[in-house]
Amino acid sequence: MGAEHKAIVIGASAGAVEALTALLPSLRPGFRLPVIVVVHLPADRRSAMAELFRAKCTLEVREAEDKDPIAAGTIYFAPPDYHLLVEADRTLSLSCDAPVLFSRPSIDVLFESAADAYGPQLVGVVLTGANADGARGLKAIIDEGGIGIVQTPSSAFASAMPEAALQASPTAKPLTLQAIAAYLEDI
Amino acid sequence: MSDRSQLEKVEDIEIRLLLEALFLKYHYDFRNYAMASIKRRLRQARQQLGIATFSALQDRLLHDPDMLPRLLGYLTIQVSEMFRDPSYFKAIREQVVPHLRTYPSLKVWIAGCSEGEELYSLVILFREEGLEDRTIFYATDINHQALEAAEAGVYPLDRIQLFTENHRKSGGRSSLSDYYQAAYGRARFDASLRRNVVFSDHSLVSDAVFGEMNLISCRNVMIYFDRKLQDRAIGLFGDSLSRKGFLGIGSKETLRFSSHSAAFVDFVREEKIYQRRSNDGG
Repeated sequence: MGAEHKAIVIGASAGAVEALTALLPSLRPGFRLPVIVVVHLPADRRSAMAELFRAKCTLEVREAEDKDPIAAGTIYFAPPDYHLLVEADRTLSLSCDAPVLFSRPSIDVLFESAADAYGPQLVGVVLTGANADGARGLKAIIDEGGIGIVQTPSSAFASAMPEAALQASPTAKPLTLQAIAAYLEDI
Repeated sequence: MSDRSQLEKVEDIEIRLLLEALFLKYHYDFRNYAMASIKRRLRQARQQLGIATFSALQDRLLHDPDMLPRLLGYLTIQVSEMFRDPSYFKAIREQVVPHLRTYPSLKVWIAGCSEGEELYSLVILFREEGLEDRTIFYATDINHQALEAAEAGVYPLDRIQLFTENHRKSGGRSSLSDYYQAAYGRARFDASLRRNVVFSDHSLVSDAVFGEMNLISCRNVMIYFDRKLQDRAIGLFGDSLSRKGFLGIGSKETLRFSSHSAAFVDFVREEKIYQRRSNDGG
């Protein structure tokens, strides 16, 4: 049951731009799932990620706005200095709650809320990063029956985040960026 | 796997019942809040209070009145910054204030003021612009503890550097240090800033219009509401504004989904500052 996937969530920190550049531009028109991304960024670098990737991607790229209905084939980035969450009715919501693991947006906050909303129909991807954000969230996704993917720590610019995710979720699949790209294209 | 999904459903039922209990017993209504954040905050409360289930938390809430302020703390208290998003305050200063100057007396409503950061930012801005003496500021929140904190105006000293930087970027004409005294790791803001402030308990969920405001600032409060409740709040703001009054909301909030959006025109679009249409449609 539940094998049909409805959404992809991705978390990345140090080295995020390079890693996401290996994944997002290769998603082609006709790709049906929404992709929701949290990247840790300094609060003053406003909207940098959505603008940057809009130029690189063929899919539509947006900075998430409060109460946006989640659209297929669209890439959403969390706005700087807000948490991004998924509601049960598959809309996005934002929060100014305190940073989690020094991070706002927090990967855990996105992943845990998306796990609640999508259950087994969710794919979670933890990429390069220098802290432990994403580990709890990926575990929540796997506990709900979703798929957990982690960039192999040895191939990551910063290995701490994928290592923490694998430690919390030993059943997550460790894959290189190329293998993750191929997996997502086939989904 | 099926056990697990059963469990999750139980949790959702429990949360719904808990929010119903909070409303029926204490008249705090979170039933139309955005559930993802409420769930997260409630999970945090349950864990930190060391209570095994939401049903047990509900039992405590109904029978132990001391539980109410503790739970409200988790559900409502919001730590903000003074002059958060300095460009918003710069736009108020440079584009809204020139209009406000033309009025002999002014009313400003800070809706959902929490611990007062946005309130003090606006009072300081109005003082710098010479408008404070003709203005009454209404600072409202549903949480009494937050209102008390706002009225005290005391913030941890380690936040002041950020507040100062924000104030400078907002076009501040004075030094923020003119307005507080530092002692024992805390900054206490000057009581004179509160001389024209009325603190009051008000709920955007259940209370009525707050009359004839020239400016309403309500930033990052409505993101916690679902669309229906956002719509109610926006309608309330429209009805509470004077003709051509201004409404400022958070930089990622929008009036786009509201049935009341036609009552407003963009005033400073990129800062989410709106102006109420005059009744003749102009």
